[in-house]
Amino acid sequence: MYQYDQYDHQIIQERIAQFRDQTQRYLSGDLSEGEFLPLRLQNGLYVQRLAPMLRVNVPYGMINSTQLRRLAHIARHYDKGYCHVSTRQNIQFNWPDLAEVPDILKELAEVEMHATQSSGNCIRNTTSDQFAGFAVDEDVDPRPYCEIIRQWSSFHPEFAFLPRKFKIAVTGSDNDRAAVQVHDIGLRVYRNSDGELGYRVYVGGGLGRTPVIGTVIREFLPEKHLLTYLEAILRIYNLLGRRDNKYKARIKILVKALGSDAFKEKVEAEWAHVKDGPTTLTEEEIARARSFFTTPNYATVNDDEAQAQLDTQAASSIAFGKWLSRNTHPHKVPGYAAVTLSLKPTGVAPGDITDTQLETIATLADQYSFGEARTTHSQNIVLGDVNKNDLFALWKAAKDAGFATPNIGTLTDMICCPGGDFCSLANAKSIPIAETIQRQFDDLDYVYDLGDLSINISGCMNACGHHHLGHIGILGVDKKGEEFYQVQLGGNASEQSATASLGKVLGPAFDAQDMPNVINTLIDVFVENRHEDELFIDTYQRIGLPPFKERVYVKAN
Amino acid sequence: MSKPTSPTSAKLIKDGAVIDNKWQTLANTDTPDSVVIPDGAVLVPLNVWQAQTDTLSQRDNIGVWIANDITPAEYADNLKSQPVIAIEFPVFMDGRGFSIARLLRERFQYEGDIRAIGNVIRDQLCYLKRCGFSSFELSDDIDLTAALASLNDFTESYQTAADQPLPLFRRKA
Repeated sequence: MYQYDQYDHQIIQERIAQFRDQTQRYLSGDLSEGEFLPLRLQNGLYVQRLAPMLRVNVPYGMINSTQLRRLAHIARHYDKGYCHVSTRQNIQFNWPDLAEVPDILKELAEVEMHATQSSGNCIRNTTSDQFAGFAVDEDVDPRPYCEIIRQWSSFHPEFAFLPRKFKIAVTGSDNDRAAVQVHDIGLRVYRNSDGELGYRVYVGGGLGRTPVIGTVIREFLPEKHLLTYLEAILRIYNLLGRRDNKYKARIKILVKALGSDAFKEKVEAEWAHVKDGPTTLTEEEIARARSFFTTPNYATVNDDEAQAQLDTQAASSIAFGKWLSRNTHPHKVPGYAAVTLSLKPTGVAPGDITDTQLETIATLADQYSFGEARTTHSQNIVLGDVNKNDLFALWKAAKDAGFATPNIGTLTDMICCPGGDFCSLANAKSIPIAETIQRQFDDLDYVYDLGDLSINISGCMNACGHHHLGHIGILGVDKKGEEFYQVQLGGNASEQSATASLGKVLGPAFDAQDMPNVINTLIDVFVENRHEDELFIDTYQRIGLPPFKERVYVKAN
Repeated sequence: MSKPTSPTSAKLIKDGAVIDNKWQTLANTDTPDSVVIPDGAVLVPLNVWQAQTDTLSQRDNIGVWIANDITPAEYADNLKSQPVIAIEFPVFMDGRGFSIARLLRERFQYEGDIRAIGNVIRDQLCYLKRCGFSSFELSDDIDLTAALASLNDFTESYQTAADQPLPLFRRKA
């Protein structure tokens, strides 16, 4: 993974000194609340319902064991002993003391981490595929480009006060695990028919209160033009994006208002000025970025033998067999597999992780996966490079540590924002809803038979839980001071298909206590209409919304 | 076009130092043709400049202040020989001025003084400077001498900007 050079260290140190001074001026009353607000946001610090929340970037989800141990230390020393994996691959601390945040940033910088631009109206952490580098369906490793974007966007002097937040995602695979089509800019790296590397550029996708699938404004942008093209898009957005209404300030609204053709024309006209300028990537720089994402020193493994052994182990341990089929993923190197450690056991807020668990993951990563791990947008942790001969031992260790719930991709592997328990924006709680659904579906065999099924829960329109993209999406709404939950069906982050789709609203919202039954009814309709091993999303697409709607509201009435 | 959000301040930060502000700012007007321009150094609104270009261009102490919703390409040539172009920040969170300054400096080669006026805060100075601003009219209640430190919050940067023609990756050995 990427390693800082002297310049990266210097720039981060200057940032910490700057923020330390700003924090001191704020605490001494020299800097007003209103002026401190965007400054602290650009250093990852929100003020939540109960305490500040510090969001630490995990650039495109890559994290090593040293960093995991440092996060454990921070959780223990500066917080309440746990943190949270967010839906954008970042780590959130819920209880830091504002005065200590500069010290936390210093601790992070020592292990080459930061919280720069993890919130605020600026370019946020670039996200990517959690299987980048080893996915069997990957054409090009997206991580070197993510790192190039990270550097370019960090402390960009022109784009620190944009109309609204700005999110970029990059994938190198058709199975778009990074959901690039619902980002302000989405990039698909690929090789064209002439064998040249470049990007398909999507603009104006997003969730929130106006969910939109992004538009392709360039089918193929040659590799070296990455940053000049991004700069052109950002400049047009900075100059023309709406600033009068924060709900209409995202780039998706600008693209819609102008029309994607007119928007594209403006970008291309701006790009004509900066194209081939000094920001154009050099071959050396691309090679340098790529040099950090080399393949680790894989052992030579006889895949057939390793697989035969796994089959034997799975036959003698049903639990291991389930875990093997749900929580491991194919790897492009024979004899290797990727493993997802589930952060979704029933009774724990999805994505929450304790200090000792972080240390356990660090140990497992050192022992089984070359010291590296990934955070995922579905709020789990991936060990990317595990020798198949080690899987049984890893499973036992993960089981002891509570990470082996064999529910990856299933109904109980819910994506869930922190919701009204923590977040001051939320209309409704989301974690307790996730928990009641998990308790309702406590029969793992049943959940397992249902196959891939995503339930995404957001506590408000801001859609941090990506409810529009869940096969079943749940949105917390406020009606006259009471919490209700709207259900949507048919969203798809396109992990199984090349195009993303947004969920459709089922009907009137439900009371919290009805939610487990509503989900149960939806699943019943699915099971009754299911063709053999068909997945929920496929059944839904085949039979449509009405059968679900009819049954749920008949029962509700 | 709105009025500048703060009155003319007594001091300016310019070229890394605190100096007296000899410029007065003429507020926006509905009668740009007839408004009387005082003697001395004056920043006039763009519409006044346009209405009275012939007479104003005879003077060497006229600068022009612009709102941040203009298209720089339409005015850059016309303003090229003025000693000051001031860009208004209606609120400090409105970052359009950063792009406008870069365009004036880097695309239209404006070589005079680019001044940030309106609601600008100390903690923006470094980025403003990088984008080509050379003077800053901050609120009078800000300790400008202390604020000078913020001009150099960062001494190294990844990107090109008005102050740095090459990105870091082209400058590394």
